[in-house]
Amino acid sequence: MIGLVMFSFVVALAVFAWWIAPNDPNRTAIRMRFRPPQLDRVLLLGTDNLGRNMLSRIVHGAQLSLLIGLGVVLLNSVFGVLLGAVAGYFRKLDGPMMRLADALMAFPSILLAIGIAAALGPSAWTAVIALSVVYIPRTARIVRASVLVVREMEFVQAARASGAGHWRIISRHIMPNCMAPLIVQLSFIFAYAVLSEAVLSFLGLGAPPSIPSWGTMISEGRTYIREASWLTIVPGCAIALTVLGLNLMGDGLRDVLDPRLKIEQG
Amino acid sequence: MGSYIVRRLLQSIPILLIVSLISFGIMKLVPGDPAIVIGGPNATAAEIENIRKNLGLDRPFHVQLGVFYWNLFQGDLGRSLLLGKPVLEAVIERAPITISLSIYAMVLTIAFGIAIGVLAALRQNTWIDQVATTFALIGVSLPNFWLGLVMIVLFSVHLGWLPTNSYVDFSDDPVRWLRHATMPSVALAMLQIGLLARITRSTMLETLRQDYIRTARAKGLPEWRVVAKHAMANVMIPVITVIGIILSVLISGSVVIESVFSIPGIGSLLGNAILRRDYTMIQGGLLFVAAVLMLLNILVDILYAWFDPRVRYDAGK
Amino acid sequence: MAAQPLLSVRNLRTVFGTMQGDVTAVDDVSFDVVPGEVLGIVGESGSGKSVTALSIMGLLPQPPGRVAGGEILFEGRDLLKLPKSEMRRMRGSAIGMIFQEPMTSLNPVFTIGDQITETIRVHERIGAAAARVRGIEMLEKVGIPSPQRRIDDFPHQLSGGMRQRVMIAMALSCSPKLLLADEPTTALDVTIQAQILDLLRDLQREMGMAIVIITHNMGVIAEFADRVAVMYAGRIAEEGPVGRIFDAPTHPYTAGLLSSTPDLIGEVPRLRTIPGTLPSLYELPPGCRFAPRCGRRVEACEAGRPATQEIAPGHFAACIRAREGASA
Repeated sequence: MIGLVMFSFVVALAVFAWWIAPNDPNRTAIRMRFRPPQLDRVLLLGTDNLGRNMLSRIVHGAQLSLLIGLGVVLLNSVFGVLLGAVAGYFRKLDGPMMRLADALMAFPSILLAIGIAAALGPSAWTAVIALSVVYIPRTARIVRASVLVVREMEFVQAARASGAGHWRIISRHIMPNCMAPLIVQLSFIFAYAVLSEAVLSFLGLGAPPSIPSWGTMISEGRTYIREASWLTIVPGCAIALTVLGLNLMGDGLRDVLDPRLKIEQG
Repeated sequence: MGSYIVRRLLQSIPILLIVSLISFGIMKLVPGDPAIVIGGPNATAAEIENIRKNLGLDRPFHVQLGVFYWNLFQGDLGRSLLLGKPVLEAVIERAPITISLSIYAMVLTIAFGIAIGVLAALRQNTWIDQVATTFALIGVSLPNFWLGLVMIVLFSVHLGWLPTNSYVDFSDDPVRWLRHATMPSVALAMLQIGLLARITRSTMLETLRQDYIRTARAKGLPEWRVVAKHAMANVMIPVITVIGIILSVLISGSVVIESVFSIPGIGSLLGNAILRRDYTMIQGGLLFVAAVLMLLNILVDILYAWFDPRVRYDAGK
Repeated sequence: MAAQPLLSVRNLRTVFGTMQGDVTAVDDVSFDVVPGEVLGIVGESGSGKSVTALSIMGLLPQPPGRVAGGEILFEGRDLLKLPKSEMRRMRGSAIGMIFQEPMTSLNPVFTIGDQITETIRVHERIGAAAARVRGIEMLEKVGIPSPQRRIDDFPHQLSGGMRQRVMIAMALSCSPKLLLADEPTTALDVTIQAQILDLLRDLQREMGMAIVIITHNMGVIAEFADRVAVMYAGRIAEEGPVGRIFDAPTHPYTAGLLSSTPDLIGEVPRLRTIPGTLPSLYELPPGCRFAPRCGRRVEACEAGRPATQEIAPGHFAACIRAREGASA
């Protein structure tokens, strides 16, 4: 419940960005450099080394973080589900597909993302693709596990006996019954994606500097950490708020949708 | 036990092959001509041609792949364009720093993660449990490089307790090393402590409900002994598998943390290589780290087998 | 009752706290066990028999379980009033306990030798080598072949019957005066069941301890117990010497249990089942708890709790029609 509130808050920031912070996040004002945060509607979070408004940059940064997270979740729910369903349903393809997934998962996730992003060159799309490649094998594994259980159930056997085609059986009978663990997994992937996007931007592998991004802001703020620590601290708080909200939401969804997976609550 | 180790090593060979193939493929992902990207905008045509020759990019694909594996087989991970020396040499040179940092972080993770998890389980549903689970959840949600920066602000800039520059090696001066390594290790460990505490807590709660715990109590054992011996020995089994995962996250996390604290380990080596588009370094460095992690995971599996007599003996037969 | 009781349970009441308030699992239960005798407690699952045993041991899962009233006198001392550390020292030395599930009751990561000697060393000042010798003796005593070798085995290397023998060796390693056996044979194969019961009886004669055996199986009672207490929905319905209870049960529930057990009384023409099920502890009937399922119910049964009457010396029944006999 708290998770949902926190996440909704961040979503609201992103959606109403121009209304909340009307200043252009990229407008520089050298005379207004390094204004610390203060109780003021415009200067609430201060200004950075170029006099850009931090509130505007945070709020617009939310857009980028959420769009990248959403992109990763969408790609996961298309390809992760497709590959997982195919591996779970057509047993002959299962072995080779899962070996490949194992190998991709043997690479530490953030290193693989860094490697792919470094090769493709920095951009927002790079981040989405790199993080999707990292998480799709994990999603596919979870979908496959549920498909393996559901495909043996009686109503699926009945559908098969009544002559339904593979595609129809998968889409109409199996998939609806695999949704619960998938939704839980996707909410955690969203959290990881926001966190990892920050790492990539921090290393200069995310969106170009012209787009406000929390990770890039932290990396730029580092230089002035002694004089203007808020440049570093504020964007990090935004990341932590978003990720914590998503993690709490994932825990909550798991308790509601899939009690079997519930981590012991006593 | 011996045959178990051999089997486990054999199982890792195909995965190692695919992992190396992936790292080979990273260079192939570079859009357009890698030589031009590596050379940068100011490179002359001759320079680019030179880079292309050096990397063998002018040869057909299958030859490149063959050469890659032939070199790999001889322990040659290529030559760093930036440093002008073999990748393996550069990586091994920096390895002790990253290893000492990872061990420190690992020790912190295991000590605090398990302690917090056990404490929360034993005091289930009290305020201690609440604080511990909340702490664990927040730990999982913080970006570790940011946590490192916040610690710099707090402990170096404001309090002046810990230094942030001119890193001292453990072998030169252990005490000064400790002052330099504490912040990065805590930043690395924080997320993992949260993770380990959550898993330890739920495993401990489940273990305490087992029949053999009731038996141990029925024998008249003191409660501390029931927990410290009979429950802990069983909690350790799943916890050890998690430690394998934690190791790989810790070591890959050091890539970022080392750049934050200007520590000259493998992490900053890779970080610089990324910024300067030193693809051979990125490729070789990633492959090296992945291979080391696979080896460590095999060690963890063996440790797991040693802890669980059911695996130890069945494997021995 | 000639001898001074070893164990005397007086008006025991054990409750479990739940979301819907406290539930009484054991309600005003009293019984005695004299030294060297075997008392059987029989009843369906959920009748409160295991909870009674765990209350005696002080091993109720807390929370939610707790003893809400009564006394448990062991050699005259109330176990419920003992300090925790003293109660702990009683467990495993004065009172031993074995459980239903031999497969899960031993710790999988320690050798059986470790688990037996640990018990001995916690209660007695004895060296590791001497404890090991005692452990091997105990394993031999419970009929484990080549105990010198088996003592270093892990539980998963033994069969279910062997593991139950190990449990017995462990429970008896400090020569307790009382052994609580909670469904010790239920999880085992029929042939193994008989072996374990024989073993328990031999050991009981040899070591002279008293046993409280808890079971849902009337056959086990007939073979093994001197006296029996029949529990129903948290209360004792009938209690008395085994011979009397089997020949002339006075409580309709006891009669029902007996007629649903095969091969006990030769003349039973066919097996009967008791209609209905055990009442939920959340909605117990106001009067006699068996009344809703009872074929001999009269109006007075639902009015209040039937008083416990002594039908014959040592034979008690909580049924208002007990004196009429129960040959329904």
